[in-house]
Amino acid sequence: MTATQAARVPEPRSSERVPVLQAKNLVKRYGRVTAIEDSDLELYPGEILAVIGDNGAGKSSLIKALSGALVPDSGEIYLDGERVHFRNPMDARAAGIETVYQTLAVSPGLDIADNLFLGREVRKPGILGSVFRMLDRGHMRAEAKRHMSELGIATLQNIGQAVESLSGGQRQGVAVARSAAFGSKVVILDEPTAALGVKEGNRVLQLIRDVRDRGLPVILISHNMPHVFEIADRIHIQRLGRRATVITPESHSMSEAVAIMTGAAEPPPPVA
Amino acid sequence: MAIDDNGGGAHRAGTATKEPEPRPDFDSQKHDSLGLRIQHLLHGNPTLGPLAVLVVAIVAFSIFNPRFFAAPNLSLVLAQVTVIAVLALGQTLIILTAGIDLSVGAIAVFSSILMAKFATDAGMPGLLALVLGLVAGTAMGALNGFLVTRIKLPPFIVTLGTLSIFFSLNSVVSRSETIRGSDMPSLMTWTGTTIPIGNFRLTYGSIIMLLLFAVFFYALSRTAWGKHVYATGDDIEAARLAGIRTSRVLFSVYTVAGLLYAIGAWVLIGRLASASPNVGVDYNLDSITAVVLGGTSLFGGRGSVIGTLIGALIVGVFRNGLQLAGVEVVWQGFAIGLLVLIAVSLDQWIRKVKA
Repeated sequence: MTATQAARVPEPRSSERVPVLQAKNLVKRYGRVTAIEDSDLELYPGEILAVIGDNGAGKSSLIKALSGALVPDSGEIYLDGERVHFRNPMDARAAGIETVYQTLAVSPGLDIADNLFLGREVRKPGILGSVFRMLDRGHMRAEAKRHMSELGIATLQNIGQAVESLSGGQRQGVAVARSAAFGSKVVILDEPTAALGVKEGNRVLQLIRDVRDRGLPVILISHNMPHVFEIADRIHIQRLGRRATVITPESHSMSEAVAIMTGAAEPPPPVA
Repeated sequence: MAIDDNGGGAHRAGTATKEPEPRPDFDSQKHDSLGLRIQHLLHGNPTLGPLAVLVVAIVAFSIFNPRFFAAPNLSLVLAQVTVIAVLALGQTLIILTAGIDLSVGAIAVFSSILMAKFATDAGMPGLLALVLGLVAGTAMGALNGFLVTRIKLPPFIVTLGTLSIFFSLNSVVSRSETIRGSDMPSLMTWTGTTIPIGNFRLTYGSIIMLLLFAVFFYALSRTAWGKHVYATGDDIEAARLAGIRTSRVLFSVYTVAGLLYAIGAWVLIGRLASASPNVGVDYNLDSITAVVLGGTSLFGGRGSVIGTLIGALIVGVFRNGLQLAGVEVVWQGFAIGLLVLIAVSLDQWIRKVKA
């Protein structure tokens, strides 16, 4: 992974910028229930895009379609301008989209290094790896340690510590570190600060900023308005299965956002 | 909807970044009670408890009756434990994935009957009969795996069903008759032959058993497959989202367990010097007992094969030791049952360990 991407100076958000990830007219129905209806989404390089919406607005269906956990009935998804079809989360991951799920982020019984490399373990070189399938634990631990300290989570001294012995924020840190370590295009975070205390929540927010500043654009799903307004560059508001609009923390206040979300206010035209 | 919901109930607040600061009122090291320390120790080393029980039991029984610790008796204990240990090894794999296998005894006994029938009635050479028997056991395990992963039935129900089916087929094929070892090729009963080490008599079956434990210790702790088995049992949804093909892992576990039960069947023929359709009724519960006593959690994701070996030895040592101490057979089951309940309670307590 390359070092910090420079200049967090907000670039002019012109319409010529190419989205890293784009969804067009996504539709997903479950029987007669419509989860998302002609939903769009654009994620631009180097930004944190928050996705907010009332329960049942289709946030999670939209995100699941982008992370491969759900196959939309119709609509298109583009990654770096190219059309992609994700049949499962592995497809999305192989394409460079890493997702951290709200409650299912980590495997509690395994240690930090095992969790970071879960599903993409590294085997020893030579016959030990090819015939005896032996894991290269030294390499994985060293790499895990490097990734953790790159994101400033170096206080976890023991990389061989079971994840269940960590606090909620530290666990979330492990999950975010995993997505940052392996995500090459996009990181999607589903309610990463839910179930965390105030201090831990702030710590995770800083982690998300670090991920963005290293050049990975982030999609953040959250119910927590103060958190959204604190770190989002743009805010996608989902309502009744569609994108109501896109605002920025500068253009609108929290209560205005809530009003749009609940339908109490007319949505303004989206910012690009 | 809670707009400003700061997350459903902040769990443990604070101490995200800093070293875990001891909270002044409790949690501080010097105020840790002995119980808490033991809890933490066992949480980190789950085989420590079973090992302690085994050592205490051996010492106690040796004091009760000096004949217990004599080499001939220890040979007997090991020989008695061998079959259960092999079966419990397969059971461990399944329980690690948060499953359970009630068909273990049925698969083992049916495999032993098939091997014996192949070698006698069908007149096959020993090696071919053995290999076909192993294939049959593997196929039975694979059937369990298929039902669990494709039809998506709970392992308890699947193996309850196949338990009946395999035992029934077993009765049909064997016509409820025992096949004598002397009628079989010598390879079939080879597992029961012994190597004398002083007064101690080690069977080839026991050597096979120990090798199998070594292989699966390695596979579970040093390969990606092992990590995936633990992850699948720990939290199957998290494992799936991490990109693990959990159905494949589960299928492989049930299939490998079937192979292990069939190897257990071979060891069983050597141990009994016959293939009998009527043994093995106790094997289901004995194998689960060994796994649980070894500290493997029935909830999946936690445990080790070393624990299971110790667990199997605990069962063997208790059965044998109580007998030598003059305790009636009827009370042996009572003692084993008590041990199981204590082990499970201990597991529950350990799992509640605070971070």
